[in-house]
Amino acid sequence: MHVMRGSAYNSAWFRGINMSHKVIVPIGPYHPLQEEPEFFRLYVEGEKVVDIDIIIGYNHRGIEELCEHKHFDQVAFLVERICGICSTSHPFAYVNAVEDLAKIEVPERALYIRTIIAEMERIHSHLLWLGLAGHFIGYNTVWMWAWRYREPILDMFEMITGNRNHYAMMKIGGVRRDIKEEDIPILKKALDDLVPAVDMFRGAVMDDPVIKARLKGIGILTKQQGIDWCVLGPTARASGLNIDVRKDDPYGVYDRVSWNVIVEKDGDIFAKTVVRILELYESISIIRQCLDKMPKGEIDANVKDIPVGEGIGRVEAPRGECFHYVRSDGTNRPIRHKIRAPSYMNVASNKVAAIGQTISDTTITLAAVDPCYCCTERVVVLDKATDKKLMNGWDLIKLSQEKTEQLKKAIGGRS
Amino acid sequence: MWIKDEIKERLGSKVIDWYQHSARRIYFSIQPRDIKEVADILFNELKLRFAIATGQDTSKGLEIIYHFSFDKSGEIISVRVLLEDKKDPRIDSLATLFPAAEWIEREMWELLGINFIGHPNLKRLLLSDEWPEGKYPLRHEK
Repeated sequence: MHVMRGSAYNSAWFRGINMSHKVIVPIGPYHPLQEEPEFFRLYVEGEKVVDIDIIIGYNHRGIEELCEHKHFDQVAFLVERICGICSTSHPFAYVNAVEDLAKIEVPERALYIRTIIAEMERIHSHLLWLGLAGHFIGYNTVWMWAWRYREPILDMFEMITGNRNHYAMMKIGGVRRDIKEEDIPILKKALDDLVPAVDMFRGAVMDDPVIKARLKGIGILTKQQGIDWCVLGPTARASGLNIDVRKDDPYGVYDRVSWNVIVEKDGDIFAKTVVRILELYESISIIRQCLDKMPKGEIDANVKDIPVGEGIGRVEAPRGECFHYVRSDGTNRPIRHKIRAPSYMNVASNKVAAIGQTISDTTITLAAVDPCYCCTERVVVLDKATDKKLMNGWDLIKLSQEKTEQLKKAIGGRS
Repeated sequence: MWIKDEIKERLGSKVIDWYQHSARRIYFSIQPRDIKEVADILFNELKLRFAIATGQDTSKGLEIIYHFSFDKSGEIISVRVLLEDKKDPRIDSLATLFPAAEWIEREMWELLGINFIGHPNLKRLLLSDEWPEGKYPLRHEK
């Protein structure tokens, strides 16, 4: 595995990135893969997965409790650190909650900027997932290309917000920074350059017989199971559930731009992949429309006090609905802040999606809900009769990649 | 089509205080003994989605707010129950109605010490095994 880890970055592209003001040369290795702890204990009989224990809590930092000790403005920074991938979704849902509580009118321009940031986040997050999914099934080229095209989006984040992750843009009543006029053409150019790459991924996934054979019909979550487990985001939409907070309970300016909710019906890994790839086009379109329509003006309502009350805010994060409940007693701190990330519902549904299939399909199935992150090095396969350890996460990824290889030989596909 | 009017009519006298904060944010209280029946109506009959539940320690008791989402109209219906006896807070589990409630009930059990009657798998979710018994991180008592 370490050989693979090195090779991805030994061939790293040393390219100068033309930012608005400076040239940087990225030197790796940044490798966030497998860094979030979740523990899946699979029980198998022969090749078949018969049960799964999902053990979480390794990353529990008590953020809800910490929020009770921060003032309202600080909480936005704190919740941004819940996740490094959908790091704008939490503060966005939080400010939506407080603005619901206090009935705050947010300036129009700020709503546009929030929407742009949120959609840029969806693009980089979906590309990240696509890369990981490619890696898990042995398509390391997909992995490297997906992450290569994710880089310019992170550069755009740095140009607009000053940071590649943790953008610190959301603020109760507005945003903390404006988007500069001179940066808009650069962002538009980055989006233009991304479209052919998404075309390439769409073609690579949808037209490749091996990928189809590898991903179709595995890890199925039926529509009814999706309803019972209350799954969200692409996981739900791939199972035929037409839900998306951006349409259902619009925030930002999602009701002022035209875009489609992508819904597939098969509920398998292939459907989840298709949903995420097609959503990239919608995100690009939303950002373009926002850049064209964005009015000039204030970006902050200058909110001073938060009254007594309760508020609920939610956003459609890349993985689904991110839910925040905030309660105020009229002081400058929330007395309760409940946070529910989409993976909380989606990961739990692996209890049904992973059972009954072969272990070679497990890593990609667990990864298919895009659990922020699928830490498969912590997966252990146990023999049901003896409780003896059979293999670990790396063995599983290898097994998954080998299955793809066998399919390639059988079908004669390309990688 | 708003779902709130249908809910109000269907639940009748079980609804204690109805509060509409804004077009899509509705809160009401029920007696804790009614939770299973109400959740069954909201989830199975009226097809609301269970979003999550918020447990909190208040001066009057332990409060749980069950948040349901009706995605066709974007309404969030928040159902509140108050468990006054902080020494032995208990309420029926909803995990038997829908598995999506399993994790959050485990979480409220370990963080607030609320007992969920009938839960199929009431064990720790987030706290480590070493955390002392009977200490609940989200309780406000000194």
